[in-house]
This record gives sequence, C-alpha cells and structure tokens, in this order.
Amino acid sequence: MGLSGVPWLSLVIFGPLLGAIGIGLIPRDQKALLRNLAFFSSLGVFALSIPLVLLFDPARGDFQLTMQQFENVAWIPALGVRYQVGVDGISLFLIVLTTFLTPLCILSAYRAVEDRVKEYLIALLVLETGMLGALAALDVFLFYIFWEVMLIPMYLIIGVWGGPRRRYAAVKFFLYTMVGSVLMLVAILYVYSQGEVADFSVEHLWATAQGLGGRAQLWLFLAFALAFAIKVPLFPLHTWLPDAHVEAPTAGSVILAGVLLKMGTFGFVRYAMPMFPEALQVCAPYIALLALIGIIYGALVAWVQSDVKSLVAYSSVSHLGFVVLGLMALTPQGISGGTFLMLAHGVSTGGLFLCVGFLYERRHRRLIADFGGIARVVPVFSAIFLVIVLASAGLPGLSGFVGEFLVLIGASQSHSLHFGPVEYSFFGRVGPSVTSFLFAGLATLGVILAALYLLSMVRRMLFGPVVHEANTRISDASPRELAYLVPVVLAAFFLGIFPGFFTSRIEATTARLLEVIEGPGAWERTEEFLATVAEDRHSAAQPIANASDDRDQTGDFRVNAPGDRGPQGRWRELVQGNPGPMIERLAQGQGDQDLTGDLRRQVPSGVGGRSDLPEAFTGDRLAEGRLLARGSVDQARIEGLPVEVPR
Amino acid sequence: MSGQSYPALGLIVALPLVGTLINLLVGHRLPRRLVHWIACGAIGFSFLVALLAFFDLLALGHGGEGTTSPALTYALYPWFESGRLAVRVGFSFDRLAAVMCLVVTSVSFLIHVYSVGYMAGDRSYSRYFTYLNFFCFAMLLLVLADSLVVLFIGWEGVGLASYLLIGFWFEDPAKAMAGQKAFIVNRIGDAGFLLGLFLLFTFTQSLEIPAIREWVVAGGAGGELYRMMPVPFGVAVGILLFVGCVGKSAQLPLYVWLPDAMAGPTPVSALIHAATMVTAGVYLVARMGFLYLAYPGALAVVAVVGLLTALVAATIAICQTDIKKILAYSTISQLGYMFLALGVGAFSAGIFHLMTHAFFKALLFLGAGAVIHALDGEQEISAMGGLHAKLKLVSITFLVACLAISGVPLFSGFFSKDEILWGTLNGSMLAPWGQGILWGVGLITAGLTAFYMFRLYFMTFAGRYRGQRVDLAHLHRPPLSMSVPLVALAVLAAVGGFVGVPEILGGANRFHHWLSEVLPGQPERLSHLWEGLSMAASVLVALAGIGLAWQMYWRRIDLPARLADRARGLYRWVSNRYYVDEAYEAAVVRPLRSTSQLFYSLVDRLLIDTFLVHGVAFAARVTGLVAKKLQNGDVQRYGLFVLLGLGATLFLLFLG
Repeated sequence: MGLSGVPWLSLVIFGPLLGAIGIGLIPRDQKALLRNLAFFSSLGVFALSIPLVLLFDPARGDFQLTMQQFENVAWIPALGVRYQVGVDGISLFLIVLTTFLTPLCILSAYRAVEDRVKEYLIALLVLETGMLGALAALDVFLFYIFWEVMLIPMYLIIGVWGGPRRRYAAVKFFLYTMVGSVLMLVAILYVYSQGEVADFSVEHLWATAQGLGGRAQLWLFLAFALAFAIKVPLFPLHTWLPDAHVEAPTAGSVILAGVLLKMGTFGFVRYAMPMFPEALQVCAPYIALLALIGIIYGALVAWVQSDVKSLVAYSSVSHLGFVVLGLMALTPQGISGGTFLMLAHGVSTGGLFLCVGFLYERRHRRLIADFGGIARVVPVFSAIFLVIVLASAGLPGLSGFVGEFLVLIGASQSHSLHFGPVEYSFFGRVGPSVTSFLFAGLATLGVILAALYLLSMVRRMLFGPVVHEANTRISDASPRELAYLVPVVLAAFFLGIFPGFFTSRIEATTARLLEVIEGPGAWERTEEFLATVAEDRHSAAQPIANASDDRDQTGDFRVNAPGDRGPQGRWRELVQGNPGPMIERLAQGQGDQDLTGDLRRQVPSGVGGRSDLPEAFTGDRLAEGRLLARGSVDQARIEGLPVEVPR
Repeated sequence: MSGQSYPALGLIVALPLVGTLINLLVGHRLPRRLVHWIACGAIGFSFLVALLAFFDLLALGHGGEGTTSPALTYALYPWFESGRLAVRVGFSFDRLAAVMCLVVTSVSFLIHVYSVGYMAGDRSYSRYFTYLNFFCFAMLLLVLADSLVVLFIGWEGVGLASYLLIGFWFEDPAKAMAGQKAFIVNRIGDAGFLLGLFLLFTFTQSLEIPAIREWVVAGGAGGELYRMMPVPFGVAVGILLFVGCVGKSAQLPLYVWLPDAMAGPTPVSALIHAATMVTAGVYLVARMGFLYLAYPGALAVVAVVGLLTALVAATIAICQTDIKKILAYSTISQLGYMFLALGVGAFSAGIFHLMTHAFFKALLFLGAGAVIHALDGEQEISAMGGLHAKLKLVSITFLVACLAISGVPLFSGFFSKDEILWGTLNGSMLAPWGQGILWGVGLITAGLTAFYMFRLYFMTFAGRYRGQRVDLAHLHRPPLSMSVPLVALAVLAAVGGFVGVPEILGGANRFHHWLSEVLPGQPERLSHLWEGLSMAASVLVALAGIGLAWQMYWRRIDLPARLADRARGLYRWVSNRYYVDEAYEAAVVRPLRSTSQLFYSLVDRLLIDTFLVHGVAFAARVTGLVAKKLQNGDVQRYGLFVLLGLGATLFLLFLG
C-alpha cells in the first residue's frame, strides 16, 4: 500500500486543531457554517484515522506507525523531550473511538447549543486534539501536556454550556483531576530524574521505573494509580462523575463517558502497570477489589437514580469497574477484554448519552419520571435506544458482551487476584485460585444488575401508558439525528459480531504488556505449561501421577520460594525492605548492594530468557509453572542469576 | 465427532434472521400479507432445509461401534480469541440437534401460521412477526452452535425475544413488567451458566463442545478424568450450567417468570412453552450429557430439582382458574419431568418427552388461544363452559392434547412419559429405594397432571356456559389459518409417539436407538416385567386422574367448592401459588432496593461526597482563612513574627 509514506498520526492529532483554527477565522454569527465546518473537519479526522487501522500490523505488540522523519524528532533537546507518537493495539482503537465519537457529538450539538456556538465547537475540537495526543504520545512529557490540554476545554464545556449547577460540577471535575495530575507529574519527574540519560520516552521511563527500589516503586505507583483511578473513576473517587455528567451538555457527556474515562484505564495500561510491576503485584488485588465494589455498588446506586444522566453515570462506574478488574487480573483475556470493553463502553454509553440528549432537546427534562410510554410516540428512536441499552447490558451479539465475557473469564483465570499465599489454587498452586473465582463470581452479579437497572429504566421511559401530555407531541428522529444515532448502532453490532477484528489486533500488545510486567516470556511459559498439563491429562498417556510426584518433590522449593508470600508478604518486603531469603542470599553473594533497589541493574541484559534458567527451575515443569504463578514474579526477575535453589 | 462440511446449516439459522431484518427495517411499509408471507416463509424454508439436512444425516449412517456419532458441521468464522481461548462460530448437526431442529422449526412454523389469524387485528403486525422470526433465529443458533459461547448468544437471544414478546403490548405496565421479570430472572440463571463456563475453561482450556467432549472421553478412557478435573469441580461445573437451565427452563426456584410470561399474545406462549426457550435447558443438559454422566453428582441434583418442580407446579396448576396460567404451570411441571428423565440418566426419554410435549403443549396453547379469541379475551375458566358445541374442532383437538399429556395409551405422551417412569425405576444413580421414591413421586405427578388437565377440559368445554362476556351464538370462530395448525398439531400429538414404541409393546423404540449414539443410554437393571408393571401403574393413575376430574367437574360440580371450603387454609395457600412471588418480593427485591437507596443517600451523598470530598474542601478553606489572618498587611505584626521565629530558632540551636 502506498499509504505508509504519510504521517497519519500527526495528521489525525492536529487535524481537529486545524479545524478549530479554521473556525476561529469565521464570524460568530455564521452558525450553520461554523457547525458544518466543525462537523466536516472532525469527519475528515475520522477518515484520516482509518489508514491507521489498515496499516497496523497485528502481529506486532510494540509501538508502531511512527513515521521516523516527522514523528520521532527532538523537541526540547536539553531535557530529552521529543515529539514522538505511535500506537499499539490498545491506543489504536481508542484513537479510532475518539475520532468516531467526535463528529457524532458535533452533529448532536447542531440544535442543542445556540449560545456561543463558535467557542463551543472550538472547545470540542481542541479537546479532541488533546485526547488524541494523549493517546498517541510516546514521550511522557508530551503525554502530560496533552493530558492537561484535555482538561481545560472539558472544564469549559461543563462550566459554560452546562446545566444549572454547572459551576459546581466543573470546579469539582477540575479539582479532582488536578489532584491526580499533580501527583502524577511529581512521579513522572522523579522517575525521569532517576534515569541515566535525559530521556522522556515511554520505553525509557518504563525501564528506569522498573529498575527502582521497591519502596520507591510503591509510592510512585500509588501516585500514578491515584491520578488514573480518579479519571476512571474508581470507587470511592467517583463522586465527581455523576455531577459532571448531569450538568454537562450532551456532547460533553458523550466525550466524557466515551473517551475521557478511558484515559484513566489507558493510563493504567500504558504507564502505571508496566512501569511498576513489583508494586503492581502488591496492589493488584486491592485495586481489583475497589473495581469489584465499583461494579456492584455502581450498579445498585444506578438502579435508584431518578435522573437518567445520573443513572448512566453510575452505570459507567460499574462498567469501568469491569475494565479495571480485567486489567488487574493480569491475564491475556483480562487485559484484552478490558481493552475491548473500553471500546464497547465508549460506543454504548456514548450512545446512551446521545439518546438522553435527543429527549432533552425535545422536552428539556432529564428525570425518568418525565417520560413513560414514548415507544408508541417515537418508535424509531425507541428501537435505537433499546439496542443501545441492550449493548450496554452486555447482550451477546452486541458490543458489551465480548468485553465482559473476556474480563470475567480473565479474572477467573487470574493468578494475581488473591490476598493470601497462593495456597488455594486449583492445580497445586499453579493457575487460578479460589479468590480469583470469587472475584469473577461476584463481578458476574454486576451482569445481572446491569440488566436490572437498564431494563427498568427502559420500562419506565419507553413502556407503559403515556402519562405526560407533552410527551404525545414529541417528534421522532430527524435525518440529522439518525445520522448520529445509526452509526452508534452499527458500531455496537460490529463490535458484537466481529470482535475478532479488534481482539486480533489487541492480542499482541497484551502479550507484550504482560511480558513487560512479568518478565520476558513469563506468560507464554505459564500458558504453555498449563497447556502441557492439559495435554498430558488429555492424552492420558503420561499418567498424572508423575505430576503429583513432582508436586511433592518440589515441596521444599515451594517453601522457600518468594512466590508463596502472598501480597502481604510482598508488601512487607517492599515497605520494610525485607527482601526475603532468596534475595538476601543473593545480596550477600553480591556484596554491599542496596537490597531493595537496583537489583535489576545488576542483572546482565538479555537474561531471563528460557535458556538461562538454572537447572532447578527447568527440571520439572510443575515447579516452573509454580514459579511463574503470580506472586513469584520477582523471582522470575532474578531467575537468570546463578542461584542455588534450596532443595 | 466426525464431521462433514454442510454449508446449508447456515441457511437454517440465516433464514429466520433474514426474515427478522426485512420485517424490522421495512415491515411497517409492507402490506400485511407480505409481512406474514415473509415471516412464515422464512421459518418454513428453514424447516425444509432442516429436513434435507436430516435426510443427509440419515444417509451418513452409523458411526460404527464405539466411535463418535456422525454429524454435519459448518464452520463460519472465528468469533474472537484471546490467550488460549478461541471461540469459533460454527454449527454442528448431530442426531440430537437434528431432532431439536426439526421440532423447533416445525412447531414454530405452525405457530407462525396460526399467528396470521390470531394477530390479524393488531396494529403492530410487522413488529410481532419480526420478534417471532428473531425468536426462532436465536433458538436455532442455540441448537446448532458447537461452541458454548456461541450457544450463549442464542441462549440470551431467546431471553431477549421473550422479553420483547411478553411485553409486546407494552402500554400495559403489568405486561412490560412481566417481560422485564422474565429477562432478569433468566439473567440470574445465565450468570450461573457463565460461571460454569469459566470453571470448565479452567480445566479444559476450550469451550468448543467437540473439544470438551473429546477431552472428557479421552480422560474417561484411561480413568484419568478425575485427576484432570477432580470430582467436586466437575460436579460444580455441572450444577452451575444447570443453574442456567433452571432459569431458562423455569425450574425451582427460578420458575416465577414463566406464569407471568402469559402476558404475551397466546401464540407466543405456545412458542415459548413448546418450541423455543424453555426447552433450551433440557437440550443443554442433554447436549452436555457426556459431562454429566462423568459427574453423576450433578445429575442427582438435576433429578431432584426436576422432580420437585414437577410435583410443586402440578399442585399449583390444580388450583388456578386462568386457562393460560394452568397451562403455564403444566409446562413447568412437564419440564421438571424432562429433567427428572435426564437426571436418572434416561437422556433419550427426556428428549422424547421434549418432542411429544412440544406437540401437545403447542396444541393446548393454540387451542386456548382459539378459546380466548372466541370469547373476546376471556381467560377465566370459571366464566367458560359448554364450548364443545360451539367450537367443535377446537374442543376435539384440545381433547387429543389432554389425552396425550395425561398419558392415555397410544397417544404420544403415553410413550414418552412411560419411558421416563421406567427410566426412574430402572436407573441406578441412587439406591434402589431412592429410585423407587423418584418413580413414586413421578407417578403421583402423572396422576395430578391427568386430573388438572381434565379439570381444565371439562370446565372449558363441558357443561353450561357460565360467562357473560359474549353471546354464545356469535362466537368468533377460528379462521382457517388458525384451525389448520390445530389439526396438524393434533395429528402429531396423537401419533407422534409411535417413533418410540417400547420393545415390550412390540415396537423397536427407534427414537431411543437412533439417539443412543449421541446420548448414552441406561443399562437395563431390572427385567421387562417391571417395565410392564410401571406402565400399567401409570395408565391406571392417568385414568384415575381423569375419572376424578370427571366426577368433580362434570358430574358433581358442587364438589370442588365444598372441598375448597373444607380445606380453606390449604386451598388459599396453594391457589396463591404458595406465596412464592410475594416471598421473593419481600426477601430479595425490597431489601435490595433499600440497600441501594441506602448506598446512594448514605454512602455516596453523605459519607463520600459530603464528609470526604467537601470535607477536604472545607479543610482547605479553613486553612486559608486562618492563614489569611497572618497576612493582613500589618508590618509591625510581621516584624513580631520575624522576631518570634528568630528567637525560637536561636533557642533551639543553642539549647536543643
């Protein structure tokens, strides 16, 4: 294809900004022209983002589509800041989601906003540039700039064009986000300062951060996690969201739910998780617990809302809980599923807000009780609304299902979701544990509750007799409205019927991410191990008795393996600097090194591959599998060193 | 499973989908005639293709001793994959799926045709047929899917279709609510199903049915299965999958949605009860029969739940007065019967009963629909009676169905019910006395069934007309489109059992043998003498039930009221369906709602937002206010602070 000679990413990122500048040149009273220009420029940006998908190589998990001459250039050489953009399987689709939703938002605002149209459109387009830049940036400095760029237009959209309590909501949104952002900035600068060369590139920061000591990692991780948890939002940091959604104008809500919330989960995947794997090991079950609470709590609270927008806002808390749970499961299904669910949620929740906006434009009401029975009055709209609701409720064949399914199965297979030692897992401590099943089981309740709150909303709004006289006169969807609702419906179907299109492109990135988090090849080896166990059992040629013998033989090994400490043990080690017997032995051998820090740096580069494993590790598969079970990652880290495993 | 690629399988599923799409998108602009031609044509052709496939499957012949059964398969496309989980959309048409497919398409087709007459006056004609086609699509997808995840699309799809159809007349809040209830109760079951899948995946690393089957079979061969998947886990998988079936097939304790599902148009009830939806659970257990047989603990649960449901629902049916509610509880009870059969390992008997039940229950509902149609919407049997003279065709076909469901010899239900009872007696899952109890309770249920069905029949068609709603002289007689399906189903209900005449009656039990390659049979533990005794007992009980109903509701019609008066407390308890709905409301729904309210007002608004969030803001403001005092521009005061600070520093430096 001759497509590859064009800096598509930069065009996509700055396309909206160009549109905004163009709008700036048009007189403010030419509202139709302003709107059309904004719409078509955002549509053009969407068109520009399609080659990204076409050019994307599904087999590669690293960053790609960077055009070296333009998109990897020094910007502030003294600080090592570069203009560097690129995508992986996760950011690729979030970028497409952003370019897909923005034109729909602008189209939906043709009637809704009459006041300061020009500024509104400019704010939306600048916001789009901010989001796209934050998603595509491969330089953390650049990322932070875009991250902050997003904040201001969103603040204005809520604060200027919002509902009656817009100031309160906007300030709350702003302060909440700023608290996280500032901490994150500090954390970024600290990691940067620890690097050996001045370089802000993502991969360099990953490496630097991974080399930091346990205690530092923990604090830095918490700073990042807080920033992203606020954005997600994770229980109990979610209370800004209902206020922001209720007050924001339709387009603001769509962007907020559709893309901005994903910045939190994206931040976890791109920064917090790969940068601080050791801290992640400690914190994953706790963050997952918060996500789980969010799933159930958000759903229950959504059920008793009287305001539609607030209902959808709480449903986002519940859905994003699924995403975070999937990420924290640290399994391929969990991470891919979480990513897929980000897209699905963007489409379905964005669609729900568009539908609410549709009704608001007609009746200027948002309470559920203000409607009822309108399915008879506006059948086309009602059908669309129902499809989007069902997509949100996770009906198979529509967008939500595959994501939720993958997240749940990923959580159930997780090795990281446990609080105690790994004692309670199914196959002699390899593979999923009882607690990971509890996580999956409780999260599945969220699926039931989603049907409950969404369908009772539908029933109260669409079904029953028409109780308000004003509702008998509302008009069905106009061509313009169909033009922004139908694409959402089609996208929901596409995600549901051809999820493989997305998962096949996400998969390699997920694998790479797990590799970065767990050490090279760790996940594949666990998977291989599980497969061979299944295979052995399958063929029944090799009696399983061997495996259980292995289990007994390795009993000693297990006792001394750090893998058995559980998160509390790891926590203690990180916080108190108690390195555990293995590392202690190691440190003694190595002389006066800092026990908790810099271990990684002593490891010669390129170790950790399968061939470097000492005999004790390669000797039997079961031991290996256990080694790779979650919790023994730090051991996997040092596996290349000549360590005598006590037998 | 040896497969042969057979792309026409795609057509069986695709035809109803195409019908759905056409009617959904342009149906409201098309003339009514075209709308129903499209819908009926879609399912009709689907039936024909299924028939063709059936003959091609027959032509494949036997797989041979000890091999897996022959099947037609068609792989469509990979749906999604992640890690070791790869899900493909593909169909497989083995003998079990063939039976199911034929039952679903044929009965659905007749119901479609019937609907043309029944729904003729409805203003949402095209919407109705859209949903109906969609229902069939989802069910056929469920039947043909060879991956459990794809099966789940159909599984939830029928749930959606029932939601839409039960709430078809959504202007009525009660009906909209009934639809919602159906969906949510189903979802509860579905959650169990999902958990079952997760647990299964942990061990098998695949969710494709053929792969799981191979895995189980291979493990079983070497006796290694219980090492691969220890018994508690296997049983848990079985039970979790069964939870899904309990929701979908309306078993205890999740049956509560089905009686409410009567809110939908009557042909929809026929569809839900006979062809689509509720049989899905039975089908799933049979489909995964290899797994259940490997872990009989789960089968015991299936048997007990089925039996209890059969009994409880039958007792409720006795005291209902709404014609459709009686039939609804009857369905629940008969489904329990099917699960009982599966639970004792008599898989083919369960599927056999599923088939005959589809015929006679569809007939009963369509007959009831004709009565309701004739009486202008009347559903209370206390306001019916004497309709035989006016609605001869309906009455006769209804009688055939009643005879069939009661198990009167030579009618279809006789053969299938008898085989189930024999299966319970012959089975070896429990100790012999346990099997005896299963058989005994099954027998009692059979008697109750005969009794309440003939109570219904006599109160509706015999005696005098007791209602006021219509003038009997001017009844709406069923049009041709309604009476033809009635006759067709009556024929099937009458003779449908002859495909499975047991050996002791000189038959070859073809049905059983044909399915035995997919569904493992029971070893014969007892002699044929017992089978004969069991059969005689079931016939006697059926006749006794009919006789009692004849006594009470034809000859001495004052008796029921007197009896009800005598046992007032019991009667109220039973006729209020044991207050199960009320109990759920009080024990689950209301507490959940108040908890949610509490979460919102107390935790969310007060604790988090007011105390924490505003608390932080308040603290910041107070700090600001205090700090402000320090900077009031008074230079002397600044000087004082400087001196104090200096003093304190010096003090600390020299003395500290």
